[in-house]
Amino acid sequence: MMKDAFGGIVLSTSFRWLVPFSIVYGVIILCLGEYSPGGGFQAGALLSVGVLLSRIILGWDTTFDVKGTTSVWLAGAGTFLYAFTGWLTLLGGADYFLDYNFFPIHIEPMHEMHAWSIFLIEIGVATCVMMTIINLLEAIVKRSEENVGSN
Amino acid sequence: MRGLVAVLLAVVTGIFCSYVTFLPKIGDVNTAPNQHVTPTYISRSAEDTGSPNIVTGVIIDYRGFDTMYETTVMFLAGLTTVLVLTSNTVGRRPEKGADEPEGGAIIK
Repeated sequence: MMKDAFGGIVLSTSFRWLVPFSIVYGVIILCLGEYSPGGGFQAGALLSVGVLLSRIILGWDTTFDVKGTTSVWLAGAGTFLYAFTGWLTLLGGADYFLDYNFFPIHIEPMHEMHAWSIFLIEIGVATCVMMTIINLLEAIVKRSEENVGSN
Repeated sequence: MRGLVAVLLAVVTGIFCSYVTFLPKIGDVNTAPNQHVTPTYISRSAEDTGSPNIVTGVIIDYRGFDTMYETTVMFLAGLTTVLVLTSNTVGRRPEKGADEPEGGAIIK
């Protein structure tokens, strides 16, 4: 189903225009999550749109892609980054998990350190969400292709 | 028998529901969360967390442990869905004399 390119010249051209904007918007939502509505979860969903569209429109062998098992371990790595931030605060001498006052890298004033820790965590969340969505698409496409092949 | 159990469950649920009268109304100002926690979050979020967005401050900083396991649950749910979807045994009639089918196509 998705091995072949889906779109013609109109879809391919609009893809080239749409995807950069959606990726830039995802990065903005990720970076400004502390100041405006948004954050890791929404940014991850937006960032995955680019890869999904490239797979659907340009076909299975597009170059703009996350290949094979990379998305699986990156999803785990995103979750690990969140927990790792908590461990970093514990290593810094905190009594509680994710107590940002004890983040090992000291930045003055204190609330700036909180903001950077929040950003680190949101990168982890965004990676996990993005790669999980790509995983799901990959699984669904693989299954439908197998069914087509067996019939 | 099953019908009887269902009727019994419905009656018990109705009795429970009719006796719950002590729950506060939604949005009531005089409830405990609206008296203590919410004003504290609103007044101290900016200086505590360094984030002008109160929602981000609450979910990542005050309730960071909760959000960590939300992310973990989502990752595990996605991983399980991928494993179920790519396994060849689920939802197929087993063929006679076929060898042991392979596991996940993505994760091996």
